[in-house]
Amino acid sequence: MVAAVRTRLAKVFAGSKRPGSGIPARNVIRVLVWARRFAQVGFLAIFLYFLFETGFRGSFAAEGERIRVSGPVEAFLLADPFVGAMTLLSTHTVYRGIAWSVAVVGLTLLFGRVFCGWICPFGTLHHFFGWIFPSRYLKGGRRVEQNKTHPVRQRVKYYLMIAFLGAAATGSAIGGLLDPICVAIRAIGLGVIPATQYVAGRANDAAAATGIQAVQQTGDKAQDFLASTVWQSKQFYFHQTWFIVTLLVAILFLNRFVPRFWCRVLCPLGAFLGVIAKYALFGMEKDHAKCTDCNLCLVHCQGADSPQGGVKWRQDECHMCMNCESACPEDVIKFRFLPGRTSTIGVPDLARRTVVASAAAGAVAIPATRIADVIDANYDHRVIRPPGSVEEREFLERCIRCAECMKVCPNNALHPAWFESGIEGLWTPILIARIGYCEHSCVLCGEVCPTGAIQKITEEQKLGINQKPISIGTAFFDQGRCLPWSMGTPCIVCEEFCPTSPKAIWAEELEVPKRSATPGENGAEPPMEAVKVKRPHVDPALCIGCGACEKVCPIQDKPAVYVTSVGETRSKTNVILLENTSYTQS
Amino acid sequence: MAIAKNDTDPARLTQKAIDALGGMRRFVSRGDVVVVKPNIGWDRTPAHAANTNPIVVAEVVRQAYDAGAKHVVVTDASCNEPNRCFQRSGIWKAAYDVGAEIIIPGEHRFRSMRLKGEVLDEWPVFTPLVNADKVINVPVAKHHNLAVFTAAMKNWYGLLGGRRNRLHQKIDVSIADLATFLQPTLTVVDAVRVLMRNGPQGGNIADAKDLFTVVASTDQVAADALTCTFIGKTADEIPYIKMGHERGLGTMRWQDLSVVEV
Repeated sequence: MVAAVRTRLAKVFAGSKRPGSGIPARNVIRVLVWARRFAQVGFLAIFLYFLFETGFRGSFAAEGERIRVSGPVEAFLLADPFVGAMTLLSTHTVYRGIAWSVAVVGLTLLFGRVFCGWICPFGTLHHFFGWIFPSRYLKGGRRVEQNKTHPVRQRVKYYLMIAFLGAAATGSAIGGLLDPICVAIRAIGLGVIPATQYVAGRANDAAAATGIQAVQQTGDKAQDFLASTVWQSKQFYFHQTWFIVTLLVAILFLNRFVPRFWCRVLCPLGAFLGVIAKYALFGMEKDHAKCTDCNLCLVHCQGADSPQGGVKWRQDECHMCMNCESACPEDVIKFRFLPGRTSTIGVPDLARRTVVASAAAGAVAIPATRIADVIDANYDHRVIRPPGSVEEREFLERCIRCAECMKVCPNNALHPAWFESGIEGLWTPILIARIGYCEHSCVLCGEVCPTGAIQKITEEQKLGINQKPISIGTAFFDQGRCLPWSMGTPCIVCEEFCPTSPKAIWAEELEVPKRSATPGENGAEPPMEAVKVKRPHVDPALCIGCGACEKVCPIQDKPAVYVTSVGETRSKTNVILLENTSYTQS
Repeated sequence: MAIAKNDTDPARLTQKAIDALGGMRRFVSRGDVVVVKPNIGWDRTPAHAANTNPIVVAEVVRQAYDAGAKHVVVTDASCNEPNRCFQRSGIWKAAYDVGAEIIIPGEHRFRSMRLKGEVLDEWPVFTPLVNADKVINVPVAKHHNLAVFTAAMKNWYGLLGGRRNRLHQKIDVSIADLATFLQPTLTVVDAVRVLMRNGPQGGNIADAKDLFTVVASTDQVAADALTCTFIGKTADEIPYIKMGHERGLGTMRWQDLSVVEV
């Protein structure tokens, strides 16, 4: 791979002689191509920076007791018009910042899919891998062949987009599964970053094992630096994240066979922008007569949008990367404002029946998943949603599975659901208290949620200052496993960690019999002794379901106290106590 | 041992208490690397009195630098999420402002070590505390539901990583083991504001009471034995203090020591 980079860079800088007539590209195009490269690197860097900052690291400078994220870390999601369209269809409202996505729509109406070619961080990753990955395959004729428009496979993304919008109309923002920004945040945030941290941690263990103080100190300093810039001070783990990472690797690997396979074939955001790209004021004009079929434009084409002479340009597929005009030695391709449209196709090449079928498939998929036992019947007790989450049905209308909440959670408490909340709930956030509990005064998940599935709550709301606190579940004791309950051993770590005041976990002190561990004389039964223990109890009226007790319970494999979703504030039906039941509200 | 009261400024109280023992120069030599170990266990604000008062911590840091310390580190291995604890306790900013290095207890800061205690054998130990020339313990005096009362000796829980939750099964012996392993140069107990019930983390401002007292001691057992009286207990009611006394770590008969009141 290093050699491949080197040869390619050599080609870039050598300025090899242009074939054919050798007409050099216009200066403005050469500038634009480099501007695009800088934009791509810059936006990818901003994206990663925001992702690194999606967390809480504390600061010596901060005075306040209120902890917030350091900036608009969810900005790329707010600017994502596919997210905007889905949530508009599912909730009939636009949640705060998502209005920013109008800017990207506006940009597309001016310049076409520049978002895909210049801004999208996931697109940039594919651009990079499509460039560097096909070292032996996809050269010359093979690459040209793959970069020609393949209408059959390139249609797929439109049908996916339509199906997801159909699903949104019936009440589910499930399209976030394939939204490129969501995919990138999820896969990098929950997979690549923790995995890199894991590797760095093992490297530091090795440094520590050397026993050489200078090496140990350097290792510690490096870890401190990384913990304060890239990740958190402890290793994060994410539930079933292997699957998310596997999909990322697979989708990047496909660049070996079809450059930017994701962008051309799967990306619903690209399809969404493709639909409106035909109105763009900026576009391509071709002089077919001058084309010598050298195919240089196709070698460098990103969108597989037919830049070559003799066929019509597919405006909806073009990423506006400018590579074709930059490569063309014959003065065939010209990008300009208000181009003539005689050799342009602006609308996606879709079959009307398949469009209808896609929308219908998306629309019926949601009722189909919901008649399974996931919401109304047999609701899974493990589906503990983050604090401030709206009621489950509305939650599914809003949650785009972007994983921002899981990434920001300072305690590693939030995880992508596997099938706990049914197939529709894949990768929606659930709390797994055994890995991390919900920190009492923390409201960061709602801060970063771009769609309002988790509302932006205040500390006062969460803690219940002059109001009822927000509860996400209720704790239960497994008395057979609890040390004071069944083994005559003092413990109550759960009570110590219970953050509410008064504590939801209270302990009754009593003397219990305990058999001595050593046998009596001459092999007699071991004598009995009396020990004082404190036996913990939960007050369900006070418990907020944060899971701190479950996290710290010393019964390591299967804790003696655990949290389930019942009693959550957001639900009027998933309740225990009579006084919390209200049938006047649904 | 010195008790400073009759003042409402935590910094002055701290200064008076340490001065009454002969000043910080008695404990810190020129060029020392000093670790100041407050209690930064909980994601609570100073009003809740679950962590050491930030002004007391800052004053100890300042005095250590004045006494010629090369480098002063402030750190603890928190119970709640450490970044939140360090920031919301106010200790991060207060200590940083007087030039201390703040070490967040990242996983890489713990190394397995033999403690040779009665119940504590091999445990992950927080390395900044064992790598220091001098350690100054700056705990907060507070109620504890299981251990009755905690201040100096219990503060060494912050020495350990790993699954500390098992320690509660023998909380008194484990506290005594830790106090045996780590005997500080100086103990400064913050009793400026004391959590009277629902310890160790409290959560209700009404549970804490202003006492405006700081105790400085070279004997951590005596420091605990004295300060437990602030919440109405005596050393005899607290097993780990007795164990410390019996192990010869110090004396629980603090009345026998010369106690200077300033």
